[in-house]
Amino acid sequence: MSNHKINVTVNGEVEVVEVPANMTLLRMLREKLALTGTKNGCSAGECGACTVILNGEPVNSCMVLAVECDGASVMTIEGLSKDGQLHALQQAVIDQGAVQCGFCTPGVLMSAYALLQRNAKPTDEEIREALVGNLCRCTGYNRIVEAVKQAADQPETVAA
Amino acid sequence: MANKEAQREKIPNPIGVSVPRIDAREKVTGAAIYADDIQYGPGLLYARIKRSPHPHALIKSIDCSKAKALPGVKAVVTGDDFPGYIGLYLQDRYIFCRDRVRYVGDPVAGVAAISEEIAEQAVELINVEYEVLEPVLNPEFGAGPDAAIIHPKLGEYVVANFIFPEPGSNISNHFRIRKGDVEGAWKDCAAIVEKRYQIPHVQHVPIEPHIAVAKVDENGKVTLWGSSQSPFAQRNLIASALGKSQSDVEVIAPFVGGGFGSKAGVSMESLAVAIATRVKGRPVKLRLTREEEFYTAFVRQGLIAYFKMGCDKDGRLLAMENRFYWDGGAYTEYSVNITRAAGYSSSGPYDVPNVKADSYCVYTNHPVTGPMRGFGMPEMHSGLEQCIDDLAHEIGIDPVQFRLLNCVRTGDTIVTGMKMHPTGLSECIEKVAKAIQWGEKAPPSAPNKRRGKGIAIMWKAPAMPPNAGSSAWVEMNEDGTATVGVGGQELGQGTFTVMAQMAAGALGIPYEDVRVARPVDTDYSPYEWQTVASRLTWSMGNAVVNAAKDARRQILEMVAQSWDENPDDLDIVNGVVISYKSEEAVPLKNLVIYGLPKPNDQGWIGGPVVGRGKFMPTYVTGLDPQTGQGPRAVVHYTTGAEAVELEVDIETGKVEVIRGVAAFDVGKAINPDMVKAQVEGGFVQGLSTAFFESLILKDGVLQNPSFVDYRIATSADAPKDIQAIIVEVAQDDGPYGARGVGEHPLVPTIPAIGNAIYDAIGVRVGAPPFSAEKVYLAMVDAGIIA
Repeated sequence: MSNHKINVTVNGEVEVVEVPANMTLLRMLREKLALTGTKNGCSAGECGACTVILNGEPVNSCMVLAVECDGASVMTIEGLSKDGQLHALQQAVIDQGAVQCGFCTPGVLMSAYALLQRNAKPTDEEIREALVGNLCRCTGYNRIVEAVKQAADQPETVAA
Repeated sequence: MANKEAQREKIPNPIGVSVPRIDAREKVTGAAIYADDIQYGPGLLYARIKRSPHPHALIKSIDCSKAKALPGVKAVVTGDDFPGYIGLYLQDRYIFCRDRVRYVGDPVAGVAAISEEIAEQAVELINVEYEVLEPVLNPEFGAGPDAAIIHPKLGEYVVANFIFPEPGSNISNHFRIRKGDVEGAWKDCAAIVEKRYQIPHVQHVPIEPHIAVAKVDENGKVTLWGSSQSPFAQRNLIASALGKSQSDVEVIAPFVGGGFGSKAGVSMESLAVAIATRVKGRPVKLRLTREEEFYTAFVRQGLIAYFKMGCDKDGRLLAMENRFYWDGGAYTEYSVNITRAAGYSSSGPYDVPNVKADSYCVYTNHPVTGPMRGFGMPEMHSGLEQCIDDLAHEIGIDPVQFRLLNCVRTGDTIVTGMKMHPTGLSECIEKVAKAIQWGEKAPPSAPNKRRGKGIAIMWKAPAMPPNAGSSAWVEMNEDGTATVGVGGQELGQGTFTVMAQMAAGALGIPYEDVRVARPVDTDYSPYEWQTVASRLTWSMGNAVVNAAKDARRQILEMVAQSWDENPDDLDIVNGVVISYKSEEAVPLKNLVIYGLPKPNDQGWIGGPVVGRGKFMPTYVTGLDPQTGQGPRAVVHYTTGAEAVELEVDIETGKVEVIRGVAAFDVGKAINPDMVKAQVEGGFVQGLSTAFFESLILKDGVLQNPSFVDYRIATSADAPKDIQAIIVEVAQDDGPYGARGVGEHPLVPTIPAIGNAIYDAIGVRVGAPPFSAEKVYLAMVDAGIIA
């Protein structure tokens, strides 16, 4: 398998990475950049645990080839808090008790972040629809929905 | 009232306070480390497994020569390399199959290679010849004399003394209850209901798949990193199977991305260790794909259950006769105890004078069954609680009243002859009935909908060996903070938070000043049997409280000696040792490591403070193998009730749960908000099994091994209105009165929904999942719709 050198901006940092042609974005993040906050739950685009923001859109990073990301901008869970300051969504997940095992949490936060970027005041239904691709086996979802509502109620979330 | 006040004073802060989770910040930032996140270095090898394509076959030959010759392959192993049996309660498994395969996915050979791709190619190059045998696909048939025998050597297996296999058959455990005179009681019954219920296999589906990384060094020491509920049980069972000392096996267990029982005991971990013994010094990673997870990780037992129950004209239960055929799958080393638990709880949470029950664990050529959240109780209660509803209707008593009349109460002699400890079950029933506005019927939201309410109740005891133990240490640090060592595992249920709360409360320091040492590591962490059975808050909690009290005693004795005072006059409040007598005060900082000067500067006393604590129940007795009777079958039962309100669309069969309420008697909620989070999550998992989940097996072959075809509840499926109610009737030997609640919330959900569907449309849908199609067809069959 031939290697390809790509330039990709990850959480604001420009990275130059050599990747095999068949390597997914998920594997590149975890294995080449040691960004292990993005989780592998199914490798088939079905569980949402590997959700990251690619050029502003939420994607299952297990379904994207790393070589496709040449020149792209990627945001992962590690890029959500700034200088040790939690993002309003992260604080809301803590406040609402919306995390248990935590394995789906990074993907959930990325999907929720993308939602608030495109819709600052989502309804209950819109939140549930935005998270429908993020499977969670622990929480029963309602606390996650409440957390997104809590974060949406804070004006700084939209600017972030 | 005064007594209650006094009791409340004995409960220190922050017990009963909803502090935030100790692990929340690292989990929301992506910093939390799970087993696959650890960097194992450039020496890492990747393992893949050659698996059986047949549900039942003899292995005639295995040819690994081509796989071994593939460049990049470092080891190829088969069952010939590992002759030892492995298993928790019944040692019925080889690590790799040796003579026979018993389910589709049974491991036949293993490969370690320098990349996953090469390991995959090598697996394809292994050639296995089979002689295909007739599979057993139904537990009721499997228990009979005409079925092919799946484990011919059943009589030779090592087995726990409370499990009763029947060699020469496929029955790996037969648990009996014979209480009172069932045959004589039927004639006194004014109403009798007889029903058959079936429950399919479902799976735990943690979002983190199973993973194990094993390394064996030149001295033979094994290190195993894994996503594990049971580091110590894995150490013990793997050491035994490989003929090693337990002290030569180290299991390191970071955060678990969901367990629900599937990561308890030993399953795929032994494969990684076995392969690693052939590539000494190099870590070997085995990570199940999601497809492999569906095929080969533990599944919940299927169940065919026969219930017969009768009551007198006033509605008092007089007799029950229940028969359970558990679809145990290919190996039942763990799940034999599920069938025992279902046997000794087979009356459900009811006071029934005459009970006959037979619970059979039956081998089939289905996937391997194991513990899943509820441990037999969701399956058993599903039918039992719908049957109770039918009996209530038959005798003409409201289902809530019928349950209040018959539910088990403090002091009752329960099904095993044990006396029931204080329980708040009736309070749970009353509270959910009130919260769901039982007896009031709201109009449906549309003309094509029918609205209904349903209730179900439950009980569940921790199912474990009688002497499952816990231990803990509490080590003080220079700054006055404490580090708690435990061997139980954080699966998401919040146990590290609860342990920190208990240590803080028992010591007298703020919650924020407690850390929990992790990852759990069997070389450094204190012993814990397993993180299962909803037992940690109670059992490990006791050990932690004892350890914190031991540290506290050491501190107070040291300070008392230094101040020339009596320890009884001293206290630790908010991290400061104070004297109620001399009114002296000194912060814990420094003195817990460096000690204190003796009076008049005559040397020093004290030194680093490490408290130790343990807990092991000593009072559980054996049961008579013929009658299932004995003084104390279990440590305790957590009880509870759930009710739902739902609508059935009679045009489509689609069911929508409008709201759910749940009440559980947790003894004492150490962290009330986290109890509610467990209840909500468990309710939705239960709802998911009620509406969506079933492993579809055709001739033993799984048809739906993906999230597309095996659907679980999503954010769009969770009812918006789920109310969790906490009932607190203290457990006499629980820390601050606490008992567990992790599993219980999904136990009554299927029957509560089934009863509500019946209330709405007057039809019993049959076996879950209650898909729209199934509900629609049931309505057609019943003549409700054309």
